[in-house]
Amino acid sequence: MPRLTADARYRVHFELNGRGVEADAEPRMLLTDFLRHDLGMTGTHVGCEHGVCGACTVQIDGVPARACLTLAVQANGAKIRTVEGLAPAPGRLSVLQDAFRRHHALQCGFCTAGILMSLDYYLRHHPDPNEADLRKYLGGHLCRCTGYTPILAAALDAAEKLREAPTNA
Amino acid sequence: MTRVATRWCGQSIERVEDGALLTGRGRFIDDLGIRSGTLHAAILRSSHAHAKIRTIDAAAARKAQGVAAVITGADVRAVSASLVAGVRAPIECWPIAVDRVRYVGEPVAVVLAASRYLAEDALELVNVGYEPLPAIVDPLAALDSKHPALHEGLGSNIASERSFRYGDPEHAFARAAHRVSVTIRYPRNSCTPIETYGLVAEYDASEDTYDVLANFMGPFSLHAVMARALKVPGNRLRLRTPPDSGGSFGVKQGIFPYIVLMGVAARIAGRPVKWIEDRLEHLAASVSATNRCTTLEAAVDGDGRVRALAWDQLEDVGAHIRAPEPATLYRMHGNLTGAYDIRHVSVRNRVVLTNKTPTGLNRGFGGPQMYYALERLMQRVAVELKLDPIDVIRKNLVPSNAFPYRTATGATLDSGDYAKALETALSQGGFAELRERQQSARAQGRIYGIGLTAAVEPSVSNMGYITTVLTPEERRKTGPKNGAQATATVSLDPLGGVSVHAASVPQGQGHRTVLAQIVADALGLKPSDIRVVADFDTAKDAWSIASGNYSSRFAAAVGGAAHLAAEKMKAKLARTAASQLNVAAQDIEFTGGRARARGNPDNAIPFSRLAAASHWSPGLVAEENQALRETVFWSPPELTPPTEKDEINSSLCHGFIFDFCGVEIDRVTGAVRIDKYVTMHDCGRVLHPGMVAGQITGGFAQALGAALYEEYAYSPDGAFLSGTFADYLLPTTTEVPTPLILHIETPSPYTPLGAKGVGEGNCMSTPVCLANAVADALGLASVDLPMTPAKLAAHIHGAEKSARRPV
Repeated sequence: MPRLTADARYRVHFELNGRGVEADAEPRMLLTDFLRHDLGMTGTHVGCEHGVCGACTVQIDGVPARACLTLAVQANGAKIRTVEGLAPAPGRLSVLQDAFRRHHALQCGFCTAGILMSLDYYLRHHPDPNEADLRKYLGGHLCRCTGYTPILAAALDAAEKLREAPTNA
Repeated sequence: MTRVATRWCGQSIERVEDGALLTGRGRFIDDLGIRSGTLHAAILRSSHAHAKIRTIDAAAARKAQGVAAVITGADVRAVSASLVAGVRAPIECWPIAVDRVRYVGEPVAVVLAASRYLAEDALELVNVGYEPLPAIVDPLAALDSKHPALHEGLGSNIASERSFRYGDPEHAFARAAHRVSVTIRYPRNSCTPIETYGLVAEYDASEDTYDVLANFMGPFSLHAVMARALKVPGNRLRLRTPPDSGGSFGVKQGIFPYIVLMGVAARIAGRPVKWIEDRLEHLAASVSATNRCTTLEAAVDGDGRVRALAWDQLEDVGAHIRAPEPATLYRMHGNLTGAYDIRHVSVRNRVVLTNKTPTGLNRGFGGPQMYYALERLMQRVAVELKLDPIDVIRKNLVPSNAFPYRTATGATLDSGDYAKALETALSQGGFAELRERQQSARAQGRIYGIGLTAAVEPSVSNMGYITTVLTPEERRKTGPKNGAQATATVSLDPLGGVSVHAASVPQGQGHRTVLAQIVADALGLKPSDIRVVADFDTAKDAWSIASGNYSSRFAAAVGGAAHLAAEKMKAKLARTAASQLNVAAQDIEFTGGRARARGNPDNAIPFSRLAAASHWSPGLVAEENQALRETVFWSPPELTPPTEKDEINSSLCHGFIFDFCGVEIDRVTGAVRIDKYVTMHDCGRVLHPGMVAGQITGGFAQALGAALYEEYAYSPDGAFLSGTFADYLLPTTTEVPTPLILHIETPSPYTPLGAKGVGEGNCMSTPVCLANAVADALGLASVDLPMTPAKLAAHIHGAEKSARRPV
């Protein structure tokens, strides 16, 4: 790890949803704040800033991670995927997003981005989950609106649709 | 109730909100751009529960990098007025500590800087000299006059005390075969939306005008409180809300003191100020439901028929009695007999102040506290009289032929069939099988209990109910308060498009979708033809004090107002269409995007052409038929002020809930596992089944958290012990089972669409249903929330032995 100086700013380059981005950040800048306020990607939400609620979950090099527990400089050189990168085209939804809409698996939508990023990863690696698997996996996310029932239904439905036509992810 | 077309209402159509929310394109308060030069605020908060502020030294902070200003209580006091307190007393309630802190987390100083990072850096440079005072944490201790008053103007820590008497409770208790009572200590908790408070405030000195964008949820009666605190007329406090808000559940009512605080900060700094609350601030100091000590006694016949109730409620509102408190205590006043036909009631209500965070709206709002006592009591009646708890409920329910039913304390239960709902739930929910399951579990030595709850779920609050806290004489002096104006606007654009606006301020409840369904039904259009805007602006939109999103008022009141506005628009369009189609207006029907002559579908005009007519050729449309924009204000006449006898119809609509559940308690750990949960609802006419289900499952999960995990805990010296989400435990997918949801429908005769509220019921019914099951499992006479494993394990194993001290 390079040693960084607290009051200096460092150039951070990474791939965000398939496109290269770069901007300067102090070493203490959180990845959440960097994404949201410096890069304008406000789809990643901040719910607790201490790693419990899961709203800020993004994928870093293909793996879900809490952006609120990550420094922007740590993302240098990484591939980052956020909720803005899930839909196949403007005005269209991914299979998972569409399942969320059909099952009313969101209400206020504030925690949703993080849950989508976790599920997008999980369904890719566990294409045939049962409800118990999903309950265990999603235990790292807090939702105050839905009571989780429709989220589980949407995830199971999306898994089934993705098994039928995996290229539509 | 008028008969209404129902092509779209009643269907679970996809929500128009979801496309943006699912793709990361929501517009929450912290997602929106700000004017350049905007300062970022960070708040220094009290680490003491009770202390005098001797000194605040902010010199170093003022010189820190990026800092524009540091603001303290003295600065705020100089340019604003105290918030109006919830009771008539010579006490002050500032949004920041003035000379004294009264709870951990109370704002002491605000740093304004170029970024939030720099503002937080400077917070560490502010030195506050405190002189600690003894803290009062226990509401029972607050009654003791030996403790000093938190607010000297009150003379004690009792902010309000009133007694009420309905029927002849003394006589009923004197002749009762049995007296059964429960004593409850209901804890503090909160629904903790995942998005915290946020706002951007600006002040224009040339016009003495505040402009604030905040994720406030109403009620907009608080706009008057804020404007008075800022010392401007109402038209000089422009309050706007962002398009999206990340949950509220009542909690975002509590941002209002910060709107005043940051308005003042922007004025002092001469620049816009943005503040986003962080989670630690939210847990410690945003707002909380009230904790309450209740003793409830019943006069009971030998067969389990309850004849009278005696309520003694001690409400703890924390360190300030902030408006609209003590509303939590009075919201259920008309419903103190729950779902039961009980004619004699006595009530003593006391409100005390303690060194804890001030309380406010929280989903259920007084219902969780009240039903916990009432439904624990009904279970105790069954246990003590050795009756079947189902029979005790059956025997006491308001009879099916009694609606509309006036309760002893003044509520009008608008419609219902409680017996039918109960019997349907028992049969469809498999109650007999559950009892067999319990028997076999117990035969195996497992700890298994069954709980029941019947509850009336009030919705659409009467804005006048809070005046029940005043004596009839005080009310005569202040003038009667009553009603609840709901408002909606339907407008037509020059291409004939239909737009809807309502001052409903949603935080995820899908109001835009449901309003589109309602207006589409009225005008014979598709929901996709209707564009609904839910952002709200007090400077431009139609609103009143009842505006906002609380007391489950949307479907019943705001949805109804939108229906009425659309019908008003339609009546004008029909008269214009009638003249063009040469038929009588009453023979015009709106269907399939056209207005046509009934019985002659070819004699028709496209809706868009008709709708554009008043824009393009007003000369051809009779003046009284000009159809451009219709706003309806609707306040139901049933919401009358409290009577001279203190009877109050505290809410317009009353849904019914009957819940039962089976729980198993782990013999080793004391952990509660919910084996089965059935919840029957009658919420009147259902406008969108998917959203109603979402309200029920969501409320159920919050209630489960309140029952088993959540508590805003304080140590005896007033230190706050639940300051992170690792300490204040919310339920997750691994704890929340899927409940079985059942419905019957008895439409409300008092709302335009027959709908009633449904959003808060499980927060009222579920905690006590689970507690009744736990009490049944362990044979407990008394159990308080949250029912943590440690608490229950003590009942199974006895109190834990103290650790052996090292020699």
